[in-house]
Amino acid sequence: MSKKENLNQWFYETMLKIRLFEEKIIDVYARGLMPGLAHLYIGEEAVATGACATLEPSDYITSTHRGHGHCIAKGGDLNKMMAELFGKKTGYCRGKGGSMHIADTSIGILGANGVVGGGIPIATGAALSSKLRKSNQVTICFFGDAASNQGSFHESINFASVHKLPVIYVVENNQFGISVHQSRHQNIQDIADRAVAYGIEGKVIDGNDVLAVKDAVGQAVAKARSGEGPSIIECKTYRWRGHHEGDPNQGARYRDPKEIDDWKKKCPIARFEKYLKSEHGYTDETFKATRAKIQQLIEDAVEFARSSPEPDLEVALQDVYYEGGRN
Amino acid sequence: MAQMKLVEALNSALREEMERDERVFVLGEDVGLYGGIFGVTQGLYKQFGPERVIDTPISEAAIAGAAVGAAVTGMRPVAEIMFIDFITIAMDQLVNQAAKMCYMFGGNVSVPMVIRVPAGTGRSAAAQHSQSLEAWLMHIPGLKVVCPSTPYDAKGLLKSAIRDDNPVVFIENKITYNLSGEVPDEDYTIPIGKADIKREGQDVTLLATGNMVHYSLKAADELQQEGISCEVIDPRTLRPIDYETIINSVVKTSRLAIVQEACRTAGPGCEFAATVQERAFDYLDAPIIQIAGMDVPIPFNPKLEKTVVPSVEQIVREVKALF
Repeated sequence: MSKKENLNQWFYETMLKIRLFEEKIIDVYARGLMPGLAHLYIGEEAVATGACATLEPSDYITSTHRGHGHCIAKGGDLNKMMAELFGKKTGYCRGKGGSMHIADTSIGILGANGVVGGGIPIATGAALSSKLRKSNQVTICFFGDAASNQGSFHESINFASVHKLPVIYVVENNQFGISVHQSRHQNIQDIADRAVAYGIEGKVIDGNDVLAVKDAVGQAVAKARSGEGPSIIECKTYRWRGHHEGDPNQGARYRDPKEIDDWKKKCPIARFEKYLKSEHGYTDETFKATRAKIQQLIEDAVEFARSSPEPDLEVALQDVYYEGGRN
Repeated sequence: MAQMKLVEALNSALREEMERDERVFVLGEDVGLYGGIFGVTQGLYKQFGPERVIDTPISEAAIAGAAVGAAVTGMRPVAEIMFIDFITIAMDQLVNQAAKMCYMFGGNVSVPMVIRVPAGTGRSAAAQHSQSLEAWLMHIPGLKVVCPSTPYDAKGLLKSAIRDDNPVVFIENKITYNLSGEVPDEDYTIPIGKADIKREGQDVTLLATGNMVHYSLKAADELQQEGISCEVIDPRTLRPIDYETIINSVVKTSRLAIVQEACRTAGPGCEFAATVQERAFDYLDAPIIQIAGMDVPIPFNPKLEKTVVPSVEQIVREVKALF
């Protein structure tokens, strides 16, 4: 279902896609089918979904190490994503990037990123580029609470403010920089407060409310498109899983399991289902049907990834320099 | 042909590329109104305006990252980092982002950007404004590293760097900015990855970069008086390295002296020496020597500064000792 045909259905399907994609990874990771690291986005689906709902296909995003949700919401191909996670030839990066390096510039995904805060200057440059080209594109730059302590955050937002660049900095405040709670890594509660320091607007919203995310980011996007420069939108949310799938017991070393349970009660998908029921006449049956449809897409993606060949070994030596593109 | 200083050659390369291709733009600290701290961007702001010649905040990570983001979205940025010493602040964007994107995104993304960095000693600028950090950059697959020594090479190589689809670090030895030389009037480029034989000789190869090319040419004049014929090679590109030209020369001369301003330990000369001995060991009549900067920070006092980097006299003395 496209955004333009039925936005509510798109919200629901997109959040479910992200959730079921990530739940499937828990399984395939545990079975040893997927090498490397997996940083899962479960619990934060409303942020990527609400934010990307405001974008055109030609607009840009930069993503993070926890990037599957952003890529799915921006229209990434589930088969190519899953195949990349499996390290296969048919993956987005021909098996050379993995979970943290999925990119698809044809739909504006300028790359997930393995460096905390690494995407912030790049998003700023993309916005500079669209301003110079007068293309009317905007860029959404996703990053977490911990990235707001990197120099790249401060340097980039100041730069974007001075040059009035069309970029929206979307902070996913999931409250942890790996194991360190926000209260132990910065002496403020609202990262959006930092907007004042750069002379731009900052807003705090409930990041588990997809409609609130869409409204706030949508306003910032409109502002950016009209040449009024960047904004910071801070979305308060929570990651249900550990920092990555190797983080024992979902981060039990540094947080109380009760805290996770409390946040599960604020599940962005359950919350949106409630809204769809009360405001748009959705029923449990329609939810079930949608869920079955999305689950099938995920199963198909796993089958595609599993049955795809490994990359040829000479691929390891290709693409150090650009050779004209592969797709 | 016109006589031109190296700084003017760079300026005309930028101007001509900006006239030729509207995707090319310049950004950096003081590159606009001021014309660049060494004058490389002089007059561009007036000709092309503040949108294409962008004065940035003093924020090297943002400058480099803005170039990366612009490059992957269809522009061809030329960023100036005021001194190579400050590239340390931009390293994540250069090393982890720009250099890796094409590869880790499966060959589907190009990053056509240039980072210009003035480098080297000679101005009593002390330890944080005088380094030669090319070995850091040579170490990174995905980057190209260019280091011209003459106005002709500087202009032709800068044009090639701007037209290249990969991130290119363009090292300008700042003491060479005022050197004059002949530069063609017409459009020309010099290929990246091609060394140049600056002087032909028979007895020993001097492999020198940046300002050390000029020192080596002077040393070669003196050594000629003593009957030693030197071949002077400027690799011009430090990644990828044109080993064919270097090896051919060593096969002919049987001796190699590497001359560099960069300090010795794990510097460019270690790479040159290791590869040449692997590929031409049987042709060598003497150990490969490195005439290199000393392993110390660059001191402020002009006499001390001169002491820690190679001089013409030192090159003459050490090359003579090979015979």
